[in-house]
Amino acid sequence: MSQSKKHLQSVKVGHFKHTANSETEVMPIPDVVKISMSQHIGAPCQPLVNKGDTVKVGQLIGDTDAFVSAPIHSSVSGTVLKIDEQRSAMGGSDRLVVIETDKKQEISEEIEIPHVQDLKGFVEAVKKSGLVGLGGASFPTHIKYNPKNLDEIDTLIVNGAECEPFITSDNRIMIEEAEDILDGMKLIMKYMDLKVGYIGIEENKPEAIQNLNAIIAQQGLENVKTFTLQARYPKGAERVLIYEITGKTLNAGVLPAELGVVCSNVTSVAFVGQYFRNGMPLIRKRMTIDGDAVTTPKNVYAPIGAMISDVMAFCDGYKTEPKKILMGGPMMGRAIFSDQMPIVKNNNAILAFSKRQSFIPEETQCIKCGRCHLVCPFELLPFAYAEAYKANDPQKLSDLDIMQCMECGSCAYICPARIPLGFINKLGKSLVKEAGIK
Amino acid sequence: MENEKKVYDKLLVTSAPHIVSSIDTQKVMANVLVAMAPALAVGMYVFGMRVIALTLVCVIASVGFEWIYNKFMKKQQTAGDLSAAVTGVLIAFNVPSSLPLWIAIIGCFVAIIIVKQLFGGMGRNFVNPAITARIVLFVSFATQMTTWPLPSMAPVTDATTGATPLGLWAADKSVDTMSAVTNNEMFLGFIGGCVGEVSAFALLVGGIYLIWRQIISPLIPACFIGTVFLFALATSGSFDMAIFHVFAGGVMLGAFFMATDYVTTPMLPIGKIIFGVGCGILTMVIRIWGAYPEGVSFSILLMNIVTPLIDKFTIEKLYGGVKKNEKK
Repeated sequence: MSQSKKHLQSVKVGHFKHTANSETEVMPIPDVVKISMSQHIGAPCQPLVNKGDTVKVGQLIGDTDAFVSAPIHSSVSGTVLKIDEQRSAMGGSDRLVVIETDKKQEISEEIEIPHVQDLKGFVEAVKKSGLVGLGGASFPTHIKYNPKNLDEIDTLIVNGAECEPFITSDNRIMIEEAEDILDGMKLIMKYMDLKVGYIGIEENKPEAIQNLNAIIAQQGLENVKTFTLQARYPKGAERVLIYEITGKTLNAGVLPAELGVVCSNVTSVAFVGQYFRNGMPLIRKRMTIDGDAVTTPKNVYAPIGAMISDVMAFCDGYKTEPKKILMGGPMMGRAIFSDQMPIVKNNNAILAFSKRQSFIPEETQCIKCGRCHLVCPFELLPFAYAEAYKANDPQKLSDLDIMQCMECGSCAYICPARIPLGFINKLGKSLVKEAGIK
Repeated sequence: MENEKKVYDKLLVTSAPHIVSSIDTQKVMANVLVAMAPALAVGMYVFGMRVIALTLVCVIASVGFEWIYNKFMKKQQTAGDLSAAVTGVLIAFNVPSSLPLWIAIIGCFVAIIIVKQLFGGMGRNFVNPAITARIVLFVSFATQMTTWPLPSMAPVTDATTGATPLGLWAADKSVDTMSAVTNNEMFLGFIGGCVGEVSAFALLVGGIYLIWRQIISPLIPACFIGTVFLFALATSGSFDMAIFHVFAGGVMLGAFFMATDYVTTPMLPIGKIIFGVGCGILTMVIRIWGAYPEGVSFSILLMNIVTPLIDKFTIEKLYGGVKKNEKK
């Protein structure tokens, strides 16, 4: 990672942005929603409602005292059927509040527009909104906006790169709700006392860039700029984005705050703008529904807790039998085992693929072409990790800097021998962790 | 599908990424085959139709040996990935067009069975199969391997064979070879020599195609050819002589098609530079001071052998955790 380079290494991945022009449609409220109590990194929430309780839209239904956590609100009005347990996409177990909806969508009395004076109040309000990192990491946002070294931070970077193929929900928000993004930026920059804000967008979203530039010019904002990124993967990865915009190298395990940067996804920032206008907590999410098994790919506003099968039904169901369903994009998204999973806060896409597109061809011998090294943003050595992992050598993996890997999957994407390098990197990293090597 | 709510709960769960690029090993090899087509066409034009028979026999024999070995040893079948076909064409490129077919088949056996498969097959051989086959044939069948048919455009005489420009030069280094063949003729390939190495122009076209398709890195060819050029310029002081050394013999074929073999060359850019320069120096040392007129095969073979050392050095010393972190 030399500072002299203008761009980090990247890979050209097909865009497949079929839904870039499809305006977001609001999905009707389903009969039943299942709201997970664990929609963020950190401690799961405890349900605050019991079987038989009636709930309203925006009502707090899950919370915890733990620091790294975010409260959970009801996305519907209705009656609590039960508190359920279900296997989660991560493999663990999730507690779910199952609510039978009454379709009236009565708004809870708890909803109030936040009035804040200072950063403390702002962070408090963000925490109350239930906001987590909506780019995918689902890290509770209020912690991010309350860093220890506040004095050293001067830059806000808003991530609108959306480098994952298929996903267009960030693109749509930048076209449909651009004012909210700028409102959110103004709030964050005001309370955190930041000097400059950038919105990083890949060049394959010209409409979004034009739209934001026009509104920035119209509002006369001098300290907010759009930053056009190459349309290559993974320009939207936090560490890559920060390098591309500021030229500062962010090593693994270092927080952006240490480089004087706060980095948030456009959707998170737009939500901040909306929340301070109407006080409605995070209860619905815009997401791209696509993949060759979906009849009508589109962008959907789905209530948190809706079943994936219900969202699919809104897109006219499956065209062919789905063999693989992903939460997120095809490069870093998580494959889930069932379509009976609820929508969670950080979903930005649900992709359903047919049998034909679900299988990756058989692994063959490494031909030592070195492509994995040439596409790695951090110039790591995936081919060497694969050998060291097979030799069960955590010391060597650690010596060769495997812990710098952010699991973007570029190496596995490009590998002509179809070696699952991304998976090997994950396994290799856990091998190093287990061995306790620092 | 609407009337009955079907539940899909036995979906495929795999680790990300869930898509892969369209370039696989077979496509890489297919691109190499395409890049070799111009040189093959010039070979056919210069040496006649026997080139087709020779190339076909080499390809069929190489793919056949690969298929038989994998079948017999119950290994993953790699005959379809076209790497054996590339080896076959390269063997045909590296022999005189008049070579008896049975000798060519022995070459294919050496390349595929001995060099490639006995060391573990695709990706595991430590030297280039086609280069090694050429050297084995060269020392085993010296007469047949150094009988050079005349190019079809040579002036009609009773002779049917002649010497290569490099052979003429090696026989008497004081002779002005430029009077026998011009660099222009050598660039186009209207000279005696191995089937695939005569036309620098056709090989250059193929090489540029491979670089354009990002199949090979330009580092090795550039360093190899550049070193040969500078070395010749420095030792002879003649610009024409430097050009002669670049176009003569197997430099172009070796630099673009054999010194760029992924398996037997360094993986990291810095290693590729070391490899290319090493090939260039060894080639010129053998040409100028060695007993053989041509040194490309030996230089690539020798650099193949040190490739694991180059890789070890570049990966562990230049990228190894401690050193790299110190740099930051």
